[in-house]
Amino acid sequence: MTGGAEATAAGVSSSIGGSQELSTPAILRRGFELSPELRKGLLGTVLLALVATGGKVLIPFLVQQTTDHGIRAEGGPDVRFVLIAVLLAAGAVVVTSVAQFLVNVRLFRSAESGLATLRLKAFRRIHDLSVLTQSTERRGALVARVTNDVDTISMFVQFGGLMLLVSTAQIVVATGLMVFYSPLLAGVVYLCLLPLALLVRQFQPVLGRAYGAVRARVGDMLGAISESIVGAVTIRAYGVEERTTRRVDEAIEAHRRAAIGAQFRSVMAFSSGQAFAGVTTAVVLAVGTVFAVQGWVTLGELLAFLFLVNLFTQPVLMATEILNELQNAVAGWRRVIGVVDTPADVSDPGPEGVTLSRGPITVQFEDVAYAYPGGDRVLEDVDLVIPPRSRVAVVGETGSGKTTLAKLLTRLMDPVAGRVLLDGVDLRQVTFDSLRRRVVMVPQEGFLFDQSLRENIRFGRPTATDEDVELAVTELGLDAWITGLPHGLDTQVGQRGESLSAGERQLVAIARAYLADPDLLVLDEATSAVDPATEVRIQRALEGLTRGRTSVAIAHRLSTAEAADFVVVVDQGRIVEVGPHRDLVGRDGVYRRMHASWASQQGAEVT
Amino acid sequence: MTAAAQGRVIGRPRPTGAVLREGLGVIWRGVRQQPRWFSVAVVGSVLWAAATVATAWAIGHVTETVVTPAVTEGRWTWAGLGTIVWVLMAVLAVNVTGVVLRRVSATIAGFNLQAIYRRRVTRQYLRLPLSWHHAHPSGQLLSNAHADIEATWQVFNPLPMAIGVIFMLLIAGVQMVLVDWFLTLIALLVFPALFAANVVFQRVMSPKITRAQQLRAEVAEVAHESFEAGLVVKAMGREQEETERFGKVTHELRDSLVDVGRTRGTFEPVIEGIPTLGTLAVLAVGTAQVAAGALTAADVVQMAYLFSILAFPVRALGWVLAEIPRSVVGHRRVAAVLQATGSMEHGAATVPGDGPAEPAVREVHYSYVDRPEREVLGAAPTPSRDGTDPYTGMLADLERTPAIRGVSLQVPAGSTSALVGPTGSGKSTLAGLVLRLVDPDSGQVTLDGIDLRQVRQGELPDVATLVAQQTFMFDDTVRGNVTLGTDRTDEEVWEALRIAQADDFVRQLPQGLDTRVGERGGTLSGGQRQRIALARAIVRRPRLLVLDDATSAVDPAVEQQILAALREARSGTTVLVVAYRIATITLAGHVIYLEHGRVVDQGGHEELLARCQGYADLVHAYAREAAERAAVNAAEEDR
Repeated sequence: MTGGAEATAAGVSSSIGGSQELSTPAILRRGFELSPELRKGLLGTVLLALVATGGKVLIPFLVQQTTDHGIRAEGGPDVRFVLIAVLLAAGAVVVTSVAQFLVNVRLFRSAESGLATLRLKAFRRIHDLSVLTQSTERRGALVARVTNDVDTISMFVQFGGLMLLVSTAQIVVATGLMVFYSPLLAGVVYLCLLPLALLVRQFQPVLGRAYGAVRARVGDMLGAISESIVGAVTIRAYGVEERTTRRVDEAIEAHRRAAIGAQFRSVMAFSSGQAFAGVTTAVVLAVGTVFAVQGWVTLGELLAFLFLVNLFTQPVLMATEILNELQNAVAGWRRVIGVVDTPADVSDPGPEGVTLSRGPITVQFEDVAYAYPGGDRVLEDVDLVIPPRSRVAVVGETGSGKTTLAKLLTRLMDPVAGRVLLDGVDLRQVTFDSLRRRVVMVPQEGFLFDQSLRENIRFGRPTATDEDVELAVTELGLDAWITGLPHGLDTQVGQRGESLSAGERQLVAIARAYLADPDLLVLDEATSAVDPATEVRIQRALEGLTRGRTSVAIAHRLSTAEAADFVVVVDQGRIVEVGPHRDLVGRDGVYRRMHASWASQQGAEVT
Repeated sequence: MTAAAQGRVIGRPRPTGAVLREGLGVIWRGVRQQPRWFSVAVVGSVLWAAATVATAWAIGHVTETVVTPAVTEGRWTWAGLGTIVWVLMAVLAVNVTGVVLRRVSATIAGFNLQAIYRRRVTRQYLRLPLSWHHAHPSGQLLSNAHADIEATWQVFNPLPMAIGVIFMLLIAGVQMVLVDWFLTLIALLVFPALFAANVVFQRVMSPKITRAQQLRAEVAEVAHESFEAGLVVKAMGREQEETERFGKVTHELRDSLVDVGRTRGTFEPVIEGIPTLGTLAVLAVGTAQVAAGALTAADVVQMAYLFSILAFPVRALGWVLAEIPRSVVGHRRVAAVLQATGSMEHGAATVPGDGPAEPAVREVHYSYVDRPEREVLGAAPTPSRDGTDPYTGMLADLERTPAIRGVSLQVPAGSTSALVGPTGSGKSTLAGLVLRLVDPDSGQVTLDGIDLRQVRQGELPDVATLVAQQTFMFDDTVRGNVTLGTDRTDEEVWEALRIAQADDFVRQLPQGLDTRVGERGGTLSGGQRQRIALARAIVRRPRLLVLDDATSAVDPAVEQQILAALREARSGTTVLVVAYRIATITLAGHVIYLEHGRVVDQGGHEELLARCQGYADLVHAYAREAAERAAVNAAEEDR
């Protein structure tokens, strides 16, 4: 059984990882692995970057040569030499600029392509995570993972990473030149900068934590702000603007503090580098004076060496700066990788999975139990067979485990014990593609997209034509409602479908499922907000749909149960009664009590 | 990319130089709001600039006065070495202090500004009417509060350094003029060249950045919507299609950012190359002048040197210029939210009394706006000269769908009234009007005879409370979700939970009242959420309670208990309940039957049953269905 181990793992933990345990190099390696575009053409870019950097070193050198050997030439300025040198330098400027342009464009392209790939992978993974894992993270924070967190990386991959390589190259070249001029003074330089290297090492984890905190605060902040947007109705109805403002302000303030804190540490790291570089120049000049007096170096060599020290410390400073930026990028990367590498506890078996053929479907629960992570069992000892072409109603009190049953049946979750079989095959072995084609659930709050009604219904079967959509609407008896809308099927439903009432949203969700035309339809309180007359009409249409199909309806209104072939009564996580309405209502059990209570509310004429 | 999409985003072309001017305006706005930190940053930057110039001078000075004499004389002294270290350290100290002051204060100023604007924007979100929210996707608004504000103030990072550079240029300029004005003139030719390059850059860049920021928001929007739809996407197995939808905007964003990168990547080398070419021009012309005897070699060398130390820092100017279009675009998008009007006006009246309230509706019409296209932040021109609001001005041209068509009704104080009608008949809209979630297009809504528009802000929610069809839970504890920050004792909270039949399950939660419910109450079931929302309303002891199908996820038995408890506990409350269940309706003394946004009939349940066919059909649908089914079954058995 492929999914068994994972299902057990899901019982232990079901939250999105932060990949906290990964070290910076491991994060980088994984980051590059996830975005192969970052490496594409990197060699060419590095070569071009070396040209550009070479040019940037060469130009001051040429300027210096011009002044030393041209203008200050013995016997008056050498105009010809100056002209040649100036033209050479101008040529170098052009070559450098072109190389730099190419580097920039190549980097932007590879960086943005790589990050787009990363965004997509993270996005897909979030959808692949189980419903349970998704609900542990706030939406605002999830959105941050595919937007701002990825953006954080862009600075580094656009030029930071490359500059780090180039700086290293420059450090190597400068070291070579320094050793060539004076190994002794080169030794002095390294001695002076050694403490900096140690300090930078010390600083990295501090910065890493600080930037990690910033990312977390961004997530909190977006979560808080999103409440002020999505909860607009509640906030206004209760006049709690002030309190919401306070909560949002707190999150904004926490982010501000974290961001300033991280930046402050980064400035300190950079400035200590700067201080070390300055000290190095002073020490080299002082020690160099002694060396020159001793005759170990000449005065000319000493002055030339000072120029080299500058050439050496510049990339060192640049590298310190980029290492700071790297920690920022790693903080973002860590969060994105955390999502991408969170195992999906309910996963597609992939190519080895079974593809079921369409047609009447049999469902079987074998000794199934379910518990939320860290919680008690909410469903236990469930044994149930749903024969093909049957209409089943699941009833029970709020919190009895009905919805859990539906979620196990549609494999939105996997049981912690036992198995659910579809035509004799364990659900965990059925490919998602095949499963979703055959089994569709209509949840109580069917989410609508900010599109037209037509597109929202088409969501059930993207290949459906306009005629298919219209036919579905007609068959469900919804055309009167649709024609009453200003633009018919082309009416825009607004965000989350908010231009429609809750009942109308449920109608759309049903039409969607109707269009999807599954072999097994699971309705979880799918008509709870619809008026009785419409509900009855839909029920009949769905019976048309469910003829030849299997349907499982979770319902409060026991009219659904009366119409079903058999009723499953769930009480405190166990199935207590199974049978047709007529039988159950005659038995002295939970169902009879429920029905009596319901019937009394419907008025005398029912009984 | 379709032409329509591009046209939609770019907006009007702007005259040359306008972006730069607007950008400087944004910067000035920021400076005015953070004068202290900005000043400290500028002081730091000036220290840094002075120290940078002084470093070159100091090295030259100690070389001349200490190093060269020592080498020539062949002996060194501790005093001499001391001078070298002392002088260089002094300059270094100033330099480092300058850098720390500059960077730290610039950071603080920048993040302070971000925080200030985030607070303003979220206050706007909370202030603007629901109709405004309907026209702006949540994902976009999130992006506005984060990415756009960040884009606006990012310019404060390189800004102080650029100001320091200008200071350096001044020092160097004065020194250059002192050496030779003609060479200085040549050198200064660099500036018109830089300016010209920048004008071209701003013109090319602005529309591209506008597009990138818009796409950034769209990426956030698709992600936000798609994650909110998580359950449906999964239940329908549409992960692949959703990924493709997200992939489309993500790739558009990528292409747009690559495009931005190309422009920026062209601009940077040009800005860096121009000063270097200036240096070379100075060298060439200077040499010719030296050869002609007009200048000394030393003058030219000094000139070239002055110019070359500027080469690197001048880039900081380029960084600021490169940030300006982003800053301008971000600011426009933020300003579009900050300048949005159409908030509800409030009067100064109070609603006195403590008994049950009496809501009334007179000749009310209300229609929803059809929104064929959604507004793009910052792309529309900001408020027009004649003072009309661009937002409402835009609304006037749009089609509207009537939802409430001339409704008049009066709910007797202290009564329990039911609002009944088919799906989509306007019940929720009417409930929203009674509580002033929206204002009517025409007609009047009153409470105890006082027009709701005249009631002072904050008064109404204390008097009248709504439990909406779709509950919203805050990411807070159970207690926090019930009290919503108001001061209530535990007894009051438990009492409210008891009436809402929520006390049992809350008691079983791991931390009881202090259990966190997760974002949107994710850890609770639908029925549990509804009951907590109910308790939230009950605990406020409102004088008018509107239940908009607020018990749809609760099973019938529990619903009965809730309504019974409510009736027992709340003699001082008028209750208006939107309902389908006949049991709920029969609890109400008064029934209002709506169809297509009109009141068709009202009166007692039995009265309506007798005289209103639509009403009878609606409430008896189940019974009829059951009867027909029984008949069919009986017929089948007979066969």
